[in-house]
Amino acid sequence: MAFPHRPDAPELPDFSMLKRLARDQLIYLLEQLPGKKDLFIEADLMSPLDRIANVSILKQHEVDKLYKVENKPALSSNEQLCFLVRPRIKNMRYVASLVNADKLAGRTRKYKVIFSPQKFHACEMVLEEEGVFGDVSCDEWAFSLLPLDVDLLSMELPEFFRDYFLEGDQRWINTVAQALHLLSTLYGPFPSCYGIGRCSKMSYELWRKMGEEEDGETKGRRPEIGHIFLLDRDVDFVTALCSQVVYEGLVDDTFRIKCGSVDFGPEVTSSDRSLKVLLNAEDKVFNEIRNEHFSNVFGFLSQKARNLQAQYDRRRGMDIKQMKNFVSQELKGLKQEHRLLSVHIGACESIMKKKTKQDFQELIKTEHALLEGFSIRESTSYIEEHIDRQVSPIESLRLMCLLSITENGLIPKEYRSLKTQYLQSYGPEHLLTFSNLRRAGLLTEQAPGDTLTAVESKVSKLVTDKAAGKITDAFSSLAKRSNFRAISKKLNLIPRVDGEYDLKVPRDMAYVFSGAYVPLSCRLIEQVLERRSWQGLDEVVRLLNCGELAFTDMTKEDKASSESLRLILVVFLGGCTFSEISALRFLGREKGYRFIFLTTAVTNSARLMEAMSEVKA
Amino acid sequence: MNRTKGDEEEYWNSSKFKAFTFDDEDDELSQLKESKRAVNSLRDFVDDEDDDDLERVNWSGEPVGSISWSIKETAGNSGSSQEGREQLKSRNSFSTYTQLPKPASTYSLSSFFRGRTRPGSFQSLSDALSDVPPKSYAPELGRPKGEYRDYSNDWSPSDTVRRLRKGKVCSLERFRSLQDKLQLLEEAVSMHDGNVITAVLIFLKRTLSKEILFRELEVRQVALRHLIHFLKEIGDQKLLLDLFRFLDRTEELALSHYREHLNIQDPEKRKEFLKTCIGLPFSAEDSAHIQDHYTLLERQIIIEANDRHLESAGQTEIFRKHPRKASILNMPLVTTLFYSCFYHYTEAEGTFSSPVNLKKTFKIPDKQYVLTALAARAKLRAWHDVDALFTTKNWLGYTKKRAPIGFHRVVEILHKNSAPVQILQEYINLVEDVDTKLNLATKFKCHDVVIDQIRWKN
Repeated sequence: MAFPHRPDAPELPDFSMLKRLARDQLIYLLEQLPGKKDLFIEADLMSPLDRIANVSILKQHEVDKLYKVENKPALSSNEQLCFLVRPRIKNMRYVASLVNADKLAGRTRKYKVIFSPQKFHACEMVLEEEGVFGDVSCDEWAFSLLPLDVDLLSMELPEFFRDYFLEGDQRWINTVAQALHLLSTLYGPFPSCYGIGRCSKMSYELWRKMGEEEDGETKGRRPEIGHIFLLDRDVDFVTALCSQVVYEGLVDDTFRIKCGSVDFGPEVTSSDRSLKVLLNAEDKVFNEIRNEHFSNVFGFLSQKARNLQAQYDRRRGMDIKQMKNFVSQELKGLKQEHRLLSVHIGACESIMKKKTKQDFQELIKTEHALLEGFSIRESTSYIEEHIDRQVSPIESLRLMCLLSITENGLIPKEYRSLKTQYLQSYGPEHLLTFSNLRRAGLLTEQAPGDTLTAVESKVSKLVTDKAAGKITDAFSSLAKRSNFRAISKKLNLIPRVDGEYDLKVPRDMAYVFSGAYVPLSCRLIEQVLERRSWQGLDEVVRLLNCGELAFTDMTKEDKASSESLRLILVVFLGGCTFSEISALRFLGREKGYRFIFLTTAVTNSARLMEAMSEVKA
Repeated sequence: MNRTKGDEEEYWNSSKFKAFTFDDEDDELSQLKESKRAVNSLRDFVDDEDDDDLERVNWSGEPVGSISWSIKETAGNSGSSQEGREQLKSRNSFSTYTQLPKPASTYSLSSFFRGRTRPGSFQSLSDALSDVPPKSYAPELGRPKGEYRDYSNDWSPSDTVRRLRKGKVCSLERFRSLQDKLQLLEEAVSMHDGNVITAVLIFLKRTLSKEILFRELEVRQVALRHLIHFLKEIGDQKLLLDLFRFLDRTEELALSHYREHLNIQDPEKRKEFLKTCIGLPFSAEDSAHIQDHYTLLERQIIIEANDRHLESAGQTEIFRKHPRKASILNMPLVTTLFYSCFYHYTEAEGTFSSPVNLKKTFKIPDKQYVLTALAARAKLRAWHDVDALFTTKNWLGYTKKRAPIGFHRVVEILHKNSAPVQILQEYINLVEDVDTKLNLATKFKCHDVVIDQIRWKN
């Protein structure tokens, strides 16, 4: 239970500096509009902002009233308006409409837009078109790294996934490169870099370019973090599509962890109000169960509860002096622990109730069958029934995608039948969702004759040739064959288990999926770290359609201390799941590494599906 | 970063000094008093637990504005290539600067927006702040660095692209020949920054004819994807459709047009719009779906008008007993079928609202139909209808129970709708697999079946 790190495991760098940086920069920007002002904040920025500042800080810098950016006329009577927004077209239209309404009314005010994390030229274009360019001053708040936990940095950009992997828009690559640049300035340089995927490669190249433009910055510094590993989400969709069964992942799937905190409703708190709980390493109870398989959590919590009871009981038979000590020194801690314990017990109960109701057991069984590639027919009819009974549209979609990716696409007849039933059950407008999923390669139809693997491998060799480069480029971010089965075999993702897999004493990373599957993303990272290169993984890389997209750069390794070489920054472009985080934390404990996670956003199967869905729930 | 403490103080003092030269000293002092008062008044509404945090804030005569002043100074004074670094350095030093006001409370911003806030408590704060005179900074200093224009006309494509990447305003007007424009675009693409690619595309869109632009993008897929996404985002549907037409991407053209129906709220107008989608070049399979979408909405409009009338008239028992919770407009087909099984079960096949008619029109599979009808009739506790649903007669006139979805599913759905034990029992007995039968009987407490099973087994 909650295995300790090896004694030689390196210390994590202190990331709280990033929070202070962001806060100072915001204050600076607010002061750029001196005097009293009303602040309009975009909903998506509120939680991240909450984590680094609070109302009184804003008030100290002459923010008068706070508004949420909504599509409503502003009621503010202030002479100065400040907008804190993501660079989105609709926000620009909103600002422009406010300014133009003021102009019509003959009113002059000062307006300032602060873009976070950066400004886009398209936004300025809209301001220009709407005739308010110049009336509005623009600024950037380069707040792109939010430390959600001691080992987790999030860019809080869930739209990254859709923008890049569906639309092929590279607008966030600069943001990623900037973030990496900042990290290497503060904690770098990174002696060895590895990556896989087109987006990773591009981000890496742009980041390197930035470094060259401002060289001298990190020279002569001793590296703190030995390795950096960049990975595109589309290298491994499968892992992100699976139901999560480690505690933190399960809490995310069930209640949605938002920006490191979760709202537990009355069903958890067993009172009439809901409770907002921060979930991180500071919560001592949570920290011990977050990476555990759910089946272990109950036992742990009840043991903990018994211990707590025993400690409370000690007060019986104490004399006055002992009692005084107890109250002043221990009681506060015990009360705190008591509170945390009851929250997590409540959460577990609620999860159990929900999972029993939705027949989780059978769902997991189907997922495992898909991962292992047996009884495909049964799985298909299970999905069909899901759809027919109008069980959650997102869940049905997720299972279909899992079926498609593990099977290299659906057989045309089945594809058509599942699609028709889906549209009938959840609405015809999902036609658009299916088109999106096909474009992103998440749900595809097998082309006729697609099963001839020998021919296929010859063709794909041809296609990776330089001459054919242009053609593959055109389809690069579009549907690719997943080759999951072959990759799974090569990387041994389905562990062979004799007898029962003991989830209490995990033997490998597969424990995060009940021992049935080692997350592909994590296995790749493990393999590359072991070899310190992609050597020997050529076949896997080819099967992943990443022929020229896997890279290694170890120019500065000689300078690194052996301790820093065991500190690894993993960058997930397009999001990572809590299961992957747990799996790598496990790997770290086994090998004496420490992992630091940088993700564009924490994601899970539902978020991925919603990003592809054309009809907002 | 590894500045010593002495260094740091010197740095701060020197920058403070510069800051002071711009402002009246008396003014700073009075401001400080105001700020202090404001901070003290804060304590009235922050959680009392955090009192000590507040007191730890050390004001030490440091004017409130000095932080930003110093950053501005460094940003303003340094050359363009250095400014980023300078700024970063100065930022680094803040991070170790302990006198910065700490977050004084755990007061959450999000909770601030939830419902109506406490106007009373904030009133005091805004009062305290209201008489702070607006500071007047020198305007050049107030300008964000991004707005410094560079009037040089001689930026090469790569310099231009680099400036664009840094968010600087940069005129593209000198790129007039097609060759120059394309070189600029290629430079942007090789930089990988989508924001810059889009910036160049905005320029190309403005200065090239549609045909030329489209022709050039057809062979530049990365740029093309950016243009498509940009057009989607700004809602330039017309140009987007032209582009798809030019590229001969007929399916995307059709889907893009169809997508617009989501923005039409009025059901009649939406229906008319869907009608215009029917002839579009969808795949054969999707064409059928579009046709179905249109037919479905057409039906729903008729049913909705009719039922709303019936419900308000108050003459029909089913609507009186079970008032409709929502309109049926724009609901999925299966929901519509459920609705029709619920309110219009016995209607003749000829009426639009009858379940059988829906089943025929939309070729709903047997399985789906039975599942939905069962759920609807069970909800109404119409056990007789449930019975009829599974009863078939063979050619000799014998009746037989048959369920296309399997009787174990039937039992589960009945149980969900709290069917009485004798009904459950009847269907559990129809489950063929003995183990499943026993499991279900135990799960749903049909003891007779359990006893029978055990007796039979022994």
